[in-house]
Amino acid sequence: MIWAAEAGDPVSRPVFYSLPLWLTITFYVVAVATLVWFFYAVARKIRRYRSGRQDPADRPAWRRLPGALLGVFTNRNVLRDNWYAGLAHLAVFWGFVGLFVATILVLVDNDILHPLLPSWTFMKGDFYLVFSWLADFSGAILVVGLAMFVFRRAVLRPRQLRVEERDDVAFLKPRVVRWEDWAFLVLLLTAGLGGFFLEALRIRATNPSFEGVSFVGWLLSGWLGDTGVTASGADTTFGYLWVFHALSAMALIAFIPTSKAWHMLAGWYSLAVKPARIGDMPPAVPTAGGGYGRLEDLSRGELAILEACIRCGRCHVECPAAEGGFPLSPRDLILALQVSARRLLPGLRPAPGTTATAPALAGEVIPASWLWSCTSCLACDEVCPLGIQHLPLILQMRRDLVARGEVSDRIQDTLTNVMRYGNSLGQSPRNRARWVKELPFEVKDARKEPVEYLWFVGDYASFDPRAQAVTLAAARVFHAAGLDFGILYEAEQNTGTDVRRIGEEGLFEMQRDKNLQALAKAQFRKILTTDPHSYHALTREYGSLNGNGGVPVLHHTEVLAGLLESGRLCIVAPLRGDVTYHDPCYLGRYGRVFDAPRRVLTALGAPLHEMPRNRERAFCCGAGGGRIWMEDVPGVKERPAESRVREAAGLKGVGTLVVACPKDLVMFRDALKTTGLEEVLAVRDIVELVEDAIGATQRSEA
Amino acid sequence: MKTLVLLKMVPDVVEELEVAGDGASLSRDFLRLIINERDENALEQALILKERHQGTVTVVAPDAPEVDDVLYTALARGADRVVKVTGLEEGVGSAEATVTVAAALSSVAGLLPVDLILTGCQAIDDLDGLVGPLVAHQLGLPYVGIVTGLDVHPGGMGRCLREYPGGVRGSFELDLPAVVGIQGAEKPPRYVPIAKVRAAMTSGTIETVAGSPPGALPLRVVEMKKPEVAERAEMIAGGLDDIASRVCEILAGRGLL
Amino acid sequence: MPGAVWVIAEQWRGGLSEVTYELLALGRQIADDRGAALEAVLLGSGVVGLAESLGLADRVLYADSPAFAEPVGEVGSRALAALATERKPTVVLVPITNVSWDLVGLLPARLGVPLVNFCMDVAAVGDGLEARCLVFGGKMEVRAVPESEPVVIGVLPGARRADAGRSTKRPEVEPVAAPAPETCGVRLLGYEEPEAGDIDITQQEVLVSVGRGLQGQANLDLAEELAELLGGAVSASRPAVDMGWLPMTRQVGKSGMLVKPKLYIALGISGAPEHVEGMKDAALIVAVNTDPGAPIFNVAHYGVAEDLLEFVPVLIDKVKEHKS
Ligand SMILES: Cc1cc2nc3c(=O)[nH]c(=O)nc-3n(C[C@H](O)[C@H](O)[C@H](O)COP(=O)(O)OP(=O)(O)OC[C@H]3O[C@@H](n4cnc5c(N)ncnc54)[C@H](O)[C@@H]3O)c2cc1C
Ligand code: SF4
Ligand code: SF4
Repeated sequence: MIWAAEAGDPVSRPVFYSLPLWLTITFYVVAVATLVWFFYAVARKIRRYRSGRQDPADRPAWRRLPGALLGVFTNRNVLRDNWYAGLAHLAVFWGFVGLFVATILVLVDNDILHPLLPSWTFMKGDFYLVFSWLADFSGAILVVGLAMFVFRRAVLRPRQLRVEERDDVAFLKPRVVRWEDWAFLVLLLTAGLGGFFLEALRIRATNPSFEGVSFVGWLLSGWLGDTGVTASGADTTFGYLWVFHALSAMALIAFIPTSKAWHMLAGWYSLAVKPARIGDMPPAVPTAGGGYGRLEDLSRGELAILEACIRCGRCHVECPAAEGGFPLSPRDLILALQVSARRLLPGLRPAPGTTATAPALAGEVIPASWLWSCTSCLACDEVCPLGIQHLPLILQMRRDLVARGEVSDRIQDTLTNVMRYGNSLGQSPRNRARWVKELPFEVKDARKEPVEYLWFVGDYASFDPRAQAVTLAAARVFHAAGLDFGILYEAEQNTGTDVRRIGEEGLFEMQRDKNLQALAKAQFRKILTTDPHSYHALTREYGSLNGNGGVPVLHHTEVLAGLLESGRLCIVAPLRGDVTYHDPCYLGRYGRVFDAPRRVLTALGAPLHEMPRNRERAFCCGAGGGRIWMEDVPGVKERPAESRVREAAGLKGVGTLVVACPKDLVMFRDALKTTGLEEVLAVRDIVELVEDAIGATQRSEA
Repeated sequence: MKTLVLLKMVPDVVEELEVAGDGASLSRDFLRLIINERDENALEQALILKERHQGTVTVVAPDAPEVDDVLYTALARGADRVVKVTGLEEGVGSAEATVTVAAALSSVAGLLPVDLILTGCQAIDDLDGLVGPLVAHQLGLPYVGIVTGLDVHPGGMGRCLREYPGGVRGSFELDLPAVVGIQGAEKPPRYVPIAKVRAAMTSGTIETVAGSPPGALPLRVVEMKKPEVAERAEMIAGGLDDIASRVCEILAGRGLL
Repeated sequence: MPGAVWVIAEQWRGGLSEVTYELLALGRQIADDRGAALEAVLLGSGVVGLAESLGLADRVLYADSPAFAEPVGEVGSRALAALATERKPTVVLVPITNVSWDLVGLLPARLGVPLVNFCMDVAAVGDGLEARCLVFGGKMEVRAVPESEPVVIGVLPGARRADAGRSTKRPEVEPVAAPAPETCGVRLLGYEEPEAGDIDITQQEVLVSVGRGLQGQANLDLAEELAELLGGAVSASRPAVDMGWLPMTRQVGKSGMLVKPKLYIALGISGAPEHVEGMKDAALIVAVNTDPGAPIFNVAHYGVAEDLLEFVPVLIDKVKEHKS
């Protein structure tokens, strides 16, 4: 529809300017048909969503709504990682909103007020002038934003927009995706440009002087005049163009519920239900395996959210699996689920397959190799501008695989090890604290005497010879600082947080209970851990621990920062050489501890250079989510750890990659070997640097 | 098809084994028992056959610490019945368990005859008895060991692959019923999530049968000790020629040349 | 004079296994110590020629029948049990190998006599015997005394040197009529050879494994030659696979294959935990690494701190020498 007001008022314009009656009628018929189609398509969608599981988490939390709205209106999620796409989107967003509001106003004025109470129309006078200007402005930014998008897609062609052909999933067809991407842009552009030309023709035909406020239309009509379009010529062309414009607008409306344009609606919902804190383990659901075994096991909200994906590909380029050439891409996962849901779930008519023949979700609709590629690094959930939560879906599907016993040999070995020995390495639990024998001092047994800090050491730090060196350094530093600390010795167990991410909830519960029992028998005031995964478990997954009086849980970088800043640890030899720091996923994105390690490095006097991917956008080392236990995947281009050490080595003058997680140490040291960067870069734990800086045995008083 | 699986617990060598005060047996202090790996493979093969040809799988095991967990896990994996033979005091070597279990089979209600008996072809504590051959002999059934693949064909004929040296496998035809000593199943034992094992613990039952262990054992262990293993490799030094000769000798000594 | 000591000679695919000679050397010692005769028992088809080579035995009993052409435990155990019931040996030594393993269990069951398994050594002590056995996967060693005789003893390879079991003497060879059962419920249909090209390193008894210390694919020939001489295959650490020297199917370790060969030779592998996880259960580990402090020497049984590029050619020559 076009903007208009009642004829008769000097400052206004006629609607359906010089249109024959039959066209007007046809217009209304087509418009009604389009609306019918629109609502039919929406009803079909909703029917499909309703075949999902009911889940209270699908209800938006009203308290968080203002924040979500603010996010939508400012486009801050879109702007955050890509200013170009962000600005383009902001322009298109507000342009579209402006034109949408304008259209509604015209609709109200022309189709409701005018037939009822002709005297009440408001499209006249100053209001009309402001309205016209705003409408033109909206159209202008819409077109500019769209042009930026077209330029990006056609000329810049960033790789994140490319959806590759894959032979391991049905239904996901890159050709269709590409067609739809372009169709969306072209339809919007046609609507925007069509409106302007229409306006220009109208102005050319009637030439009212006040229309200067419709600045685009005004300029355009001037240009039309210059090219020789006469007023009467404009008058006749107007009709045809109007029909075209109306049809293109209808096409856009019809397009919305069947394409990614639907994100305009689903996106609001997705952002409104996005959890306040990402990275929580999704609760088990009442299915046979506790996870998602069929598409119908997704919640209704999740089915809806799948359709919010705009295919921006941000998750795709942040994902260590997709980057490394593993089978998984979080974007493709969402797209595959989305198209599969459209094909396999019943719409208004029953779906082609009955439930009995419906393919299994994990392993068939989504290949198991995708699911096992995930490192649970949380980058996708963090980056998605629409707040889509990929990881919970992956974890739910893994749960189903585990429940069905479909795990690889090596995962099975690991799970058996944790079950049998309480550690993932399959070592005798009696050897857990053997490293303490190499210290010149005693480490307190927190089961036997009270301590201030209970040090939860973790599996890798306890058993892996490379990580043990760091554990020993940590012990010496704590000792030097005069920290009153102790460990649980053999009573400490794998926290189970990683097996949980494999999908073995039962084993996690077992491990949690064993650890909680051991903790209950110990006397301490705070918990200190050198292992981010344990940190995550202790802070977020061992509910009752924090419930009962809330024991503070600290990562060693937090403790070290405090010790250094308060002067309990004195620096005798400030660090020389520039360093960079890798944020471990479970400390950074999960735990939101970004500053403490940086404070430590500052205190040590180490010039810190950030890698391009840092803090919330840090790139995973590839070990999480149980990946450290799994077989190598054929066809991998570059392991995440290799990509990461290359990134660090690319920083001029940086000779040390500082880590704060035992698994990072192992992964990156190995990656140095395979990338041949051993001569260029050293990988060291932050606590080793502290030990260097404070001098071996120094002990200072506060 | 009715399949019987014989399994047993063996010491877990991940834990450092210690000699008991008598100098001739294992110390129980830190002893951890786990299912004999090959018996677990036998169970898996039995379950694979059950899935393929229907039927039932019964598991019989001598009593031992932690055997209940293993039996419940067997139920969770898909076994139909689990039976524990009591009355044993496990010592090193397996003649006692072997003889007791073999003798107790006839007292398990409704068990015999079966179509197939599967068990691991060896266990790390089989110092003085191997249960598969003994049961085969007692029941008058044929036996094949070191089997890595087994299927049953219509007409009660079994087909199996047995390992020979150098990756060669012998293909055998078996008249059923038969006893098969399993080395590996067609695929590694399936994983059962803890939740399923817990469910089996509440809903399943372990039957027990009183066994009567033999009085005297045919083999007496007079001493047990840890073999002297060096903490680190024995470094061979000298000229290249000497080292190479020494390496050849070592290999020859182990029958590897 | 006590009853004879028997050694069950192992023949497979037309030849005698080396382990037969090892058992002969062991049996000779037991027989001499207790003043008994040493008899080798050989089942086969057209095996007279082989019987002649068992010179260390006082007598070779051989049963020649097409039924014995292939070593099938069911067949062999019935024939041997019948023969033993007739001849009354006091000690029966059976090699613990894939070929003879079924006999180790079936023979004592059929005869109703004790079994001593996993035996590394046997000595005559007084009237009786004392066996030294390796149990619990080699974690414990026991001395065990059979309470009665006859006794069947399963002997691990390597109990004696095979050389010590060879003799140029021509033994007394006695054909015996062992009953070949008409039907025993088990029929060998044939052998399946391992598929060529697609080597499964988990199935190999000998692995020569290469790491970054190999320095380049060009040097792979060395490892391959050694592996071939030893009747095994080449495997690798992850970096060696990453560099494309070998396919991923040859990777040993946490993210590759878990292997348990009888012999694992680690060439230029440092021994990172991820690698060790995949090979620590090998029966014999020999490591070659220029760095005497490399952690691989913590798991290896024998270590050679030399440059592999210099050492391996010498070793290859020595193995060749030894074989001829
Ligand atoms: C999650 C994860 C999984 C992994 N999975 C595996 C796995 O499955 N398998 C695996 O192998 N690794 C794996 N690794 C890698 C592992 O940590 C080591 O990096 C790797 O095993 C080292 O391989 P290497 O010993 O060949 O190389 P290096 O560690 O570089 O060792 C080379 C050795 O060769 C020696 N050397 C050099 N020149 C010579 C010479 N001329 N003669 C003799 N010796 C020489 C050197 O002294 C050195 O000790 C994994 C790592 C991680 C983090
Ligand atoms: S959690 Fe990390 S690895 Fe998993 S899909 Fe998301 S970005 Fe990829
Ligand atoms: S899931 Fe989110 S981040 Fe990924 S492509 Fe879709 S909209 Fe973009």
